[in-house]
Amino acid sequence: MRRERGAVPRYTPLARANHWLTAALLILLALSGLSMFHPGLFFLSHLFGGGEAARAIHPWFGVVLLASFALLFFRFVGDNLWSRDDTRWMGAIRSVMANEEEKVPEVDRYNAGQKLVFWGMTWLILILFFSGLVIWDAYFATYTAIETKRIAVLVHSVAAAAIIWVWIVHVYASLWVRGTVRGMMRGSVTAGWAWRHHRKWLRAMARGER
Amino acid sequence: MANEQSLDIVRRSASTGDPPDIRKEQQVAKLIDVSRCIGCKACQAACMEWNNLRPEMEHFEGSYDNPADLNPATWTLMRFTEYEPEDGHLEWLIRKDGCMHCADPGCLKACPAPGAIVQYRNGIVDFISEACIGCGYCVKGCPFNIPRVSKVDHKSYKCSLCSDRVSAGLEPACVKACPTGAILFGTKEDMTQWAGERVEDLKSRGYAHAGLYDPQGVGGTHVMYVLHHADRPSLYAGLPDKPKIDPLVQAWKGVFKPVALAALAATAVAGFVHWVVRGPNEVQPEDEAAGRKMLDDGPGKPEAKQ
Repeated sequence: MRRERGAVPRYTPLARANHWLTAALLILLALSGLSMFHPGLFFLSHLFGGGEAARAIHPWFGVVLLASFALLFFRFVGDNLWSRDDTRWMGAIRSVMANEEEKVPEVDRYNAGQKLVFWGMTWLILILFFSGLVIWDAYFATYTAIETKRIAVLVHSVAAAAIIWVWIVHVYASLWVRGTVRGMMRGSVTAGWAWRHHRKWLRAMARGER
Repeated sequence: MANEQSLDIVRRSASTGDPPDIRKEQQVAKLIDVSRCIGCKACQAACMEWNNLRPEMEHFEGSYDNPADLNPATWTLMRFTEYEPEDGHLEWLIRKDGCMHCADPGCLKACPAPGAIVQYRNGIVDFISEACIGCGYCVKGCPFNIPRVSKVDHKSYKCSLCSDRVSAGLEPACVKACPTGAILFGTKEDMTQWAGERVEDLKSRGYAHAGLYDPQGVGGTHVMYVLHHADRPSLYAGLPDKPKIDPLVQAWKGVFKPVALAALAATAVAGFVHWVVRGPNEVQPEDEAAGRKMLDDGPGKPEAKQ
């Protein structure tokens, strides 16, 4: 990738497209799903053309999301494997929250929090997809017993609330740590950002290993 | 059938606010005396005729049940059970299955579409089809396995207790058609009283466990059965012994809904508070200088720090 002075490439255009497609689908799923979750949010179904349309399109968003996230998963999984440093980083979470990163172990491409978001999204998307199939009555109504569907619908809504929670953490972290959004928007971060937050990664880059 | 007035609606699915309470009305009930049923299916035919329903023709399944199950266009169904008590004789238990019109309706509790399921002051639980979004949550909410979602129009259907007829002072079509008086319709009070007399009669004829099926787990029902074996309702083609809204549905639609939204809102607020208290984590000029230096001069040694 072309390197402008002081800028460190972080995401290829394809990686960004993949991320934003997944993000858009997750938001569409959250909006259409919430409309069926709480009466106070039923108005969200009008974004999709009414309750019937929201009900009909929601699972299809889910299918595309699964495919899109699968690509994202294989793209990023190598950098998201848990290491001993991550456990130490989590031990220093108070310093992280206090913006005192000099007290925190050096971080490779992703810190432990980012990895937890990655694995949280991974597992929750799998749970949501399969519990969603059980309650996708338009096609699969006859394949499972009502008791199974009751479990599935509860699991689906708990997992949905959990993934929205992970999403809030993900979005807040990207806004709180200034200069992060630029990485996913324009593909590069500043050298200072990499130095401050992902020094191990920057070091590998300077060594020419990345 | 949305023929009743809005003044008569006491509960409305996925809706908040108080229902109108100015009007008082008597509770109605349909009483199905299983001991008097001869299995003629006149009620089934009358239901089809009045509601103008024509279910698809099915195949013979080796049973008198016809069609084999409730479906979007079959709102009531005679279910036949051959029961052999210990003394060796045969009892043919024939139960007219259909919506029980629960006082505490699980379908209404589970429904996410505002106004797709309503409960009238007289006790009738009705599906307002134009508001139905076809999600099938009512199927999960119902303790009696009654609602059926159409594959064609993706709407859920079930017995309306002929709410259109009742609102005009008529009895439901099945009641009208029954030739033996096994199906009666009136106020819930009168029906309960009449059932008591029937139960006494059955007891005097040797059915020691005869009784009224008005399950309190769902707050009582507006369709009640007189059963010869009220101690074992499940004999009658799987009528639930102790029906209640499933705890999973209660958890999903009761506690979890507000708790989940509150937790999500609290997390968002926590983010805001963190921003206000700790502030954003900003890259400093010295970070930029150090970062550029590393890129220009090579990696150097990792700092020894914890």
